[in-house]
Amino acid sequence: MKKNWLYQAALLAAAGLVLWFFVHNTAQNLEARKIASGFGFLWREAGFEIGETGAIAYGAANSYLRALGIGLWNTFRVAAIGVVLATLLGTLIGLARLSPNWLLKQLAAAYVEVIRNVPLLVQLFFWYAVITENLPDPGNALQPLAGVFLSNRGIAFPTPWSTPVLNGFNFTGGAALSPEFAALLVGLVTYTAAFIGEIVRAGVLSVGRGQVDAAYSMGLARRSALRFVVLPQALRLIVPPLTSQYLNLAKNSSLAVAIGYPDLVSIANTTMNQTGQAIEGVATIMAVFLTISLSISAFMNWYNRRVALKGTRP
Amino acid sequence: MQTVRSGWVVACALGMLGAGTAHAQSTLEAVQKKGFVQCGVNGGAVAGFSAPDSQGVWKGIDVDLCKAVAAAVFGDASKVRYTGLTAQQRFTALQSGEIDILSRNTTWTITRDTSLGLNFVGVNFYDGQGFMVPAKLRAPGGKPAAKGAKKADAKAPAQGGITSAKQLNGATVCVQPGTTTELNLSDYFRANGMTFKPVVIETLPEVLNAYFSGRCDVFTTDVSGLVSSRASRAPKPEEHIILPEVISKEPLGPAVRHGDDRWFDIVKWSLYATIEAEEMGLSSKNIDQQASSKDPSVQRFVGATGDIGKMLGLDNKWAFNIVKQVGNYGESFDTHLKPLGFTRGLNNLWTKGGLMYAPPIR
Repeated sequence: MKKNWLYQAALLAAAGLVLWFFVHNTAQNLEARKIASGFGFLWREAGFEIGETGAIAYGAANSYLRALGIGLWNTFRVAAIGVVLATLLGTLIGLARLSPNWLLKQLAAAYVEVIRNVPLLVQLFFWYAVITENLPDPGNALQPLAGVFLSNRGIAFPTPWSTPVLNGFNFTGGAALSPEFAALLVGLVTYTAAFIGEIVRAGVLSVGRGQVDAAYSMGLARRSALRFVVLPQALRLIVPPLTSQYLNLAKNSSLAVAIGYPDLVSIANTTMNQTGQAIEGVATIMAVFLTISLSISAFMNWYNRRVALKGTRP
Repeated sequence: MQTVRSGWVVACALGMLGAGTAHAQSTLEAVQKKGFVQCGVNGGAVAGFSAPDSQGVWKGIDVDLCKAVAAAVFGDASKVRYTGLTAQQRFTALQSGEIDILSRNTTWTITRDTSLGLNFVGVNFYDGQGFMVPAKLRAPGGKPAAKGAKKADAKAPAQGGITSAKQLNGATVCVQPGTTTELNLSDYFRANGMTFKPVVIETLPEVLNAYFSGRCDVFTTDVSGLVSSRASRAPKPEEHIILPEVISKEPLGPAVRHGDDRWFDIVKWSLYATIEAEEMGLSSKNIDQQASSKDPSVQRFVGATGDIGKMLGLDNKWAFNIVKQVGNYGESFDTHLKPLGFTRGLNNLWTKGGLMYAPPIR
């Protein structure tokens, strides 16, 4: 037991030494090259505009801190909505693959194979091109519903407080979703749903045939059997890999830079370029994604304990 | 992705470098030892400045600067290796010693010249940020166009179209990150009491797709980039006009690292030699005959008399080799930029109304 403790201490010391070497060497190189360091820049005026501020007031005169805050909010927004929609779509896909309906089953299988075998970045470019190339300019916007305008500037829709009107180059008033947000959300949801579908399918298949038969013999319909007997048991297997998918979705949202959605990485990118403080910028990105990922993990672990069989190890 | 990756490059490069040992050898010695100049150019392929042709050979005026240095150092303009760089990677690549010269349409600013540890050797293209709009774009409310605006562009806007950047209030603007472009854009709109929505996309092909597909009303970058993109990437170049307003000074030039004056001198005078050659009427076509000219300034230039080459630590025929193998500044301009629709303008010789002026080579 004591020997084990010694090894652990040695390992920790070695890791600490490597870390110290990198930090020290970096600091020394920064110093030698007269490159500024520190987080003081956060309170300076940002000086650049952001396309989507998610209902938060922002102008070029605000600080870098506020700009990064908006980036964080944009990342959070797309990740949170993405997780919910991907779970819903993924569950439907997973159940469709188990459906007795042959056509539905094949379609779901084709969906999974196509989507999960094409790189996400390519899919994002695809969705972005579909939206910007096919929709008309704001002057000729489609109006699927009264007051809702669909154009290559996104979708503008009325809120209880105001309605969108074409004012100059763009729609003002009401609320709007940008093509970048839409492309990123659709891309992340469809991509992640393909993986979640497979996880759900595996989870459902893991529930013994006897359980299903027992449910039917008690007079439960297929839908009720799924809801009350199969899914609660399947969840035990579904939740841990599902957590990984949620983490992937949150991290993949950083691909937003490629299609112009102002997420945290995009804003931090601009900040780094203007201030030259790349180390602080990368540290911020890492800290934020670590926080988001650990929060998702913590929540899912709590949920996993809830659905796990009592008295067994998860 | 690009961002995360390049950020990592910065962090790793600075973490890994042995402190203080990177530049023990002088750059000239290191270059002579390895046998080629490692030159950082624009990886995004900006036609006319640095872009590989159909055979994969790098071409452009930024590339010609690299070749000029190789001609001066080795007497052979082909002894260059190129590193394609993004806007984010370029400074770190130079700081960390990965490249010897940064020749990547980079704006000379005081921040870069001081806190980033670079030394700009001069200017090989006087540029400024401008705006491109579709010719068919209409001004909101049909306001009359600003009178008296100087036309920077031969292609005329359609009837009732936008003729001035002052008419762009409320427009959506496509812009690339990684430069001073975003900041100039915000400053210009703020100063004129206008608003806009930026769409910030990392790579040039993607941001151009967004603009050409109509996602944005306006595309902004340096005028050189606008002319180059319009000529080489627009589905129909004649459908896009460049507005007369130039909202910033962007002197583009090559840069080297702080702390090696000899190398700084070599790159600086290689650039000046191309400009001086044009002024003296020396070109790749006539330099062989001119080498026997009686004119003492030409004699000094080609290295027949004096020891200017030795002062730089180079062969005395350094300038002769540059002009013979790469050509003078005007030849580079005519070969690479003129076909794309560039006019000399500010980049003409000072004797012809431009800003290109080399200190005397004597």
